[in-house]
Formats: sequence, structure tokens, C-alpha cells
Amino acid sequence: MGRLEVIYREAGQFKATYASDQAIFPIVQDRVVVVAIAVVAFVVPPLVAGEYWLQAILIPFLIYTLAAIGLNLLTGYAGQLSLGTGGFMAVGAYSAFKLTTAFPQLSIVVVFLLSGLVAAVIGLGFGIPSLRIKGFYLAVATLAAQFFLIWLFNKVAWFTNYASSGTITAPHRTLLGVTVTGPNASAAARYVMALAFVAVFALVAKNLVRGRIGRSWMAIRDRDIAAEIIGVRPLRTKLLAFGISSFYCGVAGAELVFLYLGSAETLAFDINQSFLVLFMVIIGGLGSILGSWLGAAFILMLPILLTNLPHAVGLTMSVALQKQIELMVFGGLILFFLIVEPHGLARLWQIGKEKLRLWPFPH
Amino acid sequence: MTLRVLLVGTLALILAGGLPLTKAQAAGEIFIPLLVYRTGPYAPNGIPIANGAADYFTLVNERDGGINGVKITFEECEDQYDTKQGVECYERLKAKSPVLVNPYSTGITYQLIPRAPVDKVVVHSMGYGMTASADGRWFPWVFNFPMTYWSQASAFVKYVALQEGGMDKLKGKKIAHIYHNSPYGKEANPTLEELARRHAFELTLLAVDHPGQEQKATWLQIRRLNPDWIYISGWGVMNQVAVKEAAAIGFKMDRVVGNWWTGTEVDVIPAGDAAKGYKSMNFNAPGAGFKVHQDINKFLYDKGKGAGRRDGIGEVLYNRMVVNAMLNVEAIRTAMTKYGNKPLTGEQVRWGFENLDITEKRLEELGMKGMMRPLRVTCDNHEGNGLAFVQQWDGKKWNIVSDWIEPIRDVVRPKLEAAAVDEAKKLNYTMRDCAKEK
Repeated sequence: MGRLEVIYREAGQFKATYASDQAIFPIVQDRVVVVAIAVVAFVVPPLVAGEYWLQAILIPFLIYTLAAIGLNLLTGYAGQLSLGTGGFMAVGAYSAFKLTTAFPQLSIVVVFLLSGLVAAVIGLGFGIPSLRIKGFYLAVATLAAQFFLIWLFNKVAWFTNYASSGTITAPHRTLLGVTVTGPNASAAARYVMALAFVAVFALVAKNLVRGRIGRSWMAIRDRDIAAEIIGVRPLRTKLLAFGISSFYCGVAGAELVFLYLGSAETLAFDINQSFLVLFMVIIGGLGSILGSWLGAAFILMLPILLTNLPHAVGLTMSVALQKQIELMVFGGLILFFLIVEPHGLARLWQIGKEKLRLWPFPH
Repeated sequence: MTLRVLLVGTLALILAGGLPLTKAQAAGEIFIPLLVYRTGPYAPNGIPIANGAADYFTLVNERDGGINGVKITFEECEDQYDTKQGVECYERLKAKSPVLVNPYSTGITYQLIPRAPVDKVVVHSMGYGMTASADGRWFPWVFNFPMTYWSQASAFVKYVALQEGGMDKLKGKKIAHIYHNSPYGKEANPTLEELARRHAFELTLLAVDHPGQEQKATWLQIRRLNPDWIYISGWGVMNQVAVKEAAAIGFKMDRVVGNWWTGTEVDVIPAGDAAKGYKSMNFNAPGAGFKVHQDINKFLYDKGKGAGRRDGIGEVLYNRMVVNAMLNVEAIRTAMTKYGNKPLTGEQVRWGFENLDITEKRLEELGMKGMMRPLRVTCDNHEGNGLAFVQQWDGKKWNIVSDWIEPIRDVVRPKLEAAAVDEAKKLNYTMRDCAKEK
């Protein structure tokens, strides 16, 4: 046991430059762990995980993490409550579909980024009311975005290329010679693609929130009048938050159809998606990038775990009963977590980390 | 402090628990995954379907000792009619090497169609799913016999014509289609539009958003429009609400016709007496008076092995799934004539589906004479030669009120073939030559 203190001890790590003091992970151990996790995540699951793990658990986890990071920038950092996530994800998905069917030669990565931009523009539009309305009222205003966008995609057949069923289907696309979308894309390829996107964008988000933009968002969140007085321009700051957040959600939406579902209807982006992502952000921790990962993992994986649990320990019960127990336990756990740690799983991690740093002499 | 310890403990437990891996199937058996929805907004429809499947497969095991001696194993997975959960279920059960799957949701069917040839699992979407997949030349792995939505819609128009006194009498008539605003609900629209052009009737399309609890605006439009006939493509709670609303505005109930997913007991009972006279399309006879039901009672419910309650036997959707399960079993049996009485692969079962021929004699042997029509599937026609009929609710039970209606195949089939080319193009498929299939 005496070894643990040695593992997580920062004594002797001196910061000699501003750059090293301002690093994302100032502690060497953190840096090592994060890099190790990233390497493992890129290499191990595609080699060892079965299709069930990749397709049903890991790919949706990565995609929802991206959406959760997006919403966390807006709600957690800039303090603007939004229920339009599903709608912005739909914008990304339908733009990606339109773009890639209109320009099949365009690289799928470019398509994803462009559809994120389209979502950002739409997000900017719906962000304008945020200057005048705040809190719950803004939530209601963004709810309008959710319903309007879904209605639009359902109503206007142009968005689905006049498919009689109204579904959009991810066509076959390759990246560097590997099939990454469409029915013939292997789960491993889609996993690596989703992971690459979320890894890069998580890093971007982390840097955004540490810099001037993030600080201005937090200033607005904590007290908008004070922020205005010290020179933060509210409209620009809030709109930027809406734009960037929608960009993230848009890319996540495009990935949802192209890397996960393969084909989708508007129902895949209904209001439940907005709530789901909001819950991820709240459970994971408002204003934390790590929290977005933890929240997505909690909300997506726990129900699957609860469904499999009775079977694994040898209990046989009807699937209906199992589902109802799952819902009850899941709901109970959410309540429990919110009561015990209202700041989310990320805060829990932080406390644990501080404890470790002081160990074995807690005060 | 203690709370926090509890919290950390819970987290640790969750992490330590990990996700269990699914066990492999027992050797020497055929595995069929069942995607069911016994909970959630569509449960009233999902429960009889799930019970029908479990009962028929158990019956085959108990009464006949399996299919030619090969036992069927099945496992239910609850998906709440939700596409993402359905995909999770499918992926989980795929580990047990299934040979076929009945998704029972158009959304999930669309997910599974591209996977079918990759995973070598037959998708049987009986009377739902993607209409275009009935062209077996493009979609070898998908079957939607005995009928598609398009055939059904054309049979409905034919029924209306019969009631009005001939196809020429359709001219100028007003028909409204109230549909679930989803791929499923929209399926019938192209056919109805085409027929409206040909026979010069006035078609109005009215969408109802999921889940269909709120339809006041739709029925206000119906009131203003005052159509001669209403056709409904609904599911779940939407059906009950539609029937109630139709009754509330005093619309003539015998001129409201649901499609075959909009005409089960739970759809009409909540409206009480007001639902009397309501009609719907169907392709499997309702009621518990067939020999197969006696067997189900004798071999399962008398021994406490039934999946549901005894009074659920014979409900419209229960019977539909019994017919569906029978078709699955017979397709496997057909495959066994070629590949032998042993557990088969998905590819072998696919051959069985494609060469399925259910004769009147076979139906009688199965105790289902009159419960459905004889059916023949071919390589290029995965819809088969099914016919539909119209049933009417008399306040207590469904009664068949029409003959078997032949769809307007010369309108449906060319459109279907054109749609198959479009859909197949999206998936990068090539057409196979059915003359070369054995």
C-alpha cells in the first residue's frame, strides 16, 4: 500500500516556464495516464472488442460524448440552457446527407466538418434570442428550435432526396482506402473514425475553455452584468457559444447517422435526444469536459449493464419486468447521484484526485 | 461522508460488474432472436405479438419435438419499439448466431436491411418494413410476404370501389389518409397518390406526429374536408385516439378503414360502443377458433407453459404473430428438404424462405385452414401472392366482411421495381439473375 503515495505524488515537479505551468495536465502522472488511455483506446478495442461492444456500446458512447461536450460548452460554460440539441444534431445529419449525396467525391471528413458549420449557422440564428431571454425562458425558446427543425425535416421531402419513406441512408464512403460509412464499413473502422473526431474536438474544447473565449463564457455565466462591465460583449460571447456548441452537436448528429445507425428518420433526433444529452451533461458535471465523457458513459452504459445484469448472475425474469426494474434503478441512481454529488461525476473524480494527492495525510 | 462512501461504492460496483458476455447457443438447435416491446408506448400492440411468437415456437418444440427434430431456441430482448435499443438487442443476440429476425418495427427493419447480407441473417418483415425490398432480385435477404403496404393500399382502394359500385365510381370521391409521421406511416402515400391520379379521386394526406396522442387539428381538418372515406396508418396509442376522434366528430364508422396495424382489439375497445362499425384491413383471420389454438391451449396453457393470458389467444395481433412464426418455421422446414434435418445456417434458411410454398393442404395440416391464404414465394417476388380482406368491429369481436381482395398488382409491381432500384443504389447493390438461382 505504501507504493500508492509514490505513484501519485507531484513533489519534485517544478514548473520553470509559464507554458509548463499552464499545461492542460500540469501533473506528469495525469499526462502519462491520458496519453496511455488515448493510445489504448485507439489500438485495443478495434483489435479485441467484438462487434456488439463496438457497435452497440462504444460507438454511441463516443458520438454522444461529442454531443455532450457541445452542450456542455453552451450550458456548462456559457450558462445558456438549451433544449435544442436534438434539433441541431438533426441539422448536422441532414446536411451531411445532402452534402455527400450532392458531392460524392467530397471527403467524408470534410462533409462532417461542413455539416457542423451548417449546424453552427442554424445555432447562431436560434441563439439570437439569448441576449434578451435567460434561464428557463431561453430553454423554452430553444425548445422551439427543436420542434421547428424536426418538423422541417419531416415536412420538406428535399432534405431526404424525396425518399418515399422519409429516411436518410448513409452511403458507402471511404477514407484513405478504408470503408468508413455505409453497410459494408466495419465496426472497427467506424469506431476509430468516431474516436478520432471526439479526441480532436475534446482537445479543442479543453483549450477553448481554458483560453480567452472560455473565460468570457464563464464570466457571462457567473454574472452577466459584471462581465459586461469588465468588457465582455454579451451578444458576441453568447452567440459564439451557440455557434460552437451547435457545431459540435451537428458533427455528432452526422456521426450518429453515418457511423452508428446507418439510416435514420427524424424520430432519431426527437426531444428525447435533447433531454438525454442534457442529462449526460448534468450527471457528468456542468462545466467540465471530463464530465461530458463520464456523463455519456453513465447514461448510455448503465441501462445496458442493468439489462444484462440479472441474466449474468443467473436470474431469469421476463424481459418486461427486467426493463421496468432497469428504469426504476436507473432513475433511482440518477436521483441518488444528484443528491450526493450535485456537481456531477467529474467533481467526484476531482475530490478523489485531491484525496490521492494528500494521501496518506488527509486533513 | 457515509453517503459519499456509498456513492463511491456504487460506482466501483458498476465498474467491477462490467458487461457480461452473452453465452453461445446450445449446439444442435436453431436460434431465433425475438425483438419485443412489452413496455413503453407501443406495449399494447407489442405484448400480443411477443406472446404469439413465444407460444408458437414453444408449441412446435412441445408438440412436434422441434422442426423435424431440431429444437428451436429463442430469446426475447426488450426494445420498447425504439430503433437504438432494437439495434442494441440485435447486436447482442447476434452472438448466438441467429438464422432469421422479425424486427416488428419499420424503423428497426430499415436498420437491419443493410446488415442482413453482411451478417447472413434473413430479415422477415411480415407486412411492414421497406416495400421496395419485395423485389428479391435486389434484396435477396429481405422478405415481406404475404403483402406489402403498397399492395395493401391498392386493396383498400379496390375495396372502396367495390363499395361504391365500381372503379369508375371512384372519380371525384374524397379519400383522406391519416398516417403516423414516420417511414412506416408514409409508406402507403406513393401508391395512394398514383391511384388517385389514375382514378381521379381526391386524396388528402394528413400526418400525425409520434406518438399520436394529439390529433385534434387533424380531425378538425377532416370535419372541414368531410371525406367519403378515411384510411388510417397508425400504431400504438395513435390508433385508439383516431378511433375515438372519428367517433367524436360523428363520422360514419363503416367508412373509416385502418390498415392491418390499425385494427386490433386494443385499438377499438377504449372507444366503447362508438367504435362499432370500424373497419380495418387484415391478412390473417381473427379469433381463437382454429385447430392451432386448440393445440396451443392443450400443449401450453393447460400445462402452464403459455406466454400470456389465455384470453389473449386469438387476438388480431396474436394471430398475426402465430402466422408469422408458422411461416418462419415452414421456411426452415423447406430449407431442410434441401440441406437435411440439422441446424442450418442463415444462407440455407434464406433458400428456404425463397422457395416457400404453403399450400391449402399444408395449412390444414398445420391447423390453420382459413386463417391465412396459401402462399408462394419466388426469387424475384418476396412479397408472395398474398391477398387481404376487410374486417369490421361489432363491439365485441372482429368479423370478416369482405372476400379476399387481390391488390392492383399491375400498378404496384412496376412502382415497386423502380423503388427497388433506387433503394438498392443507395446500398451499392447489384441485381442478381433469378434464372440462375436454384
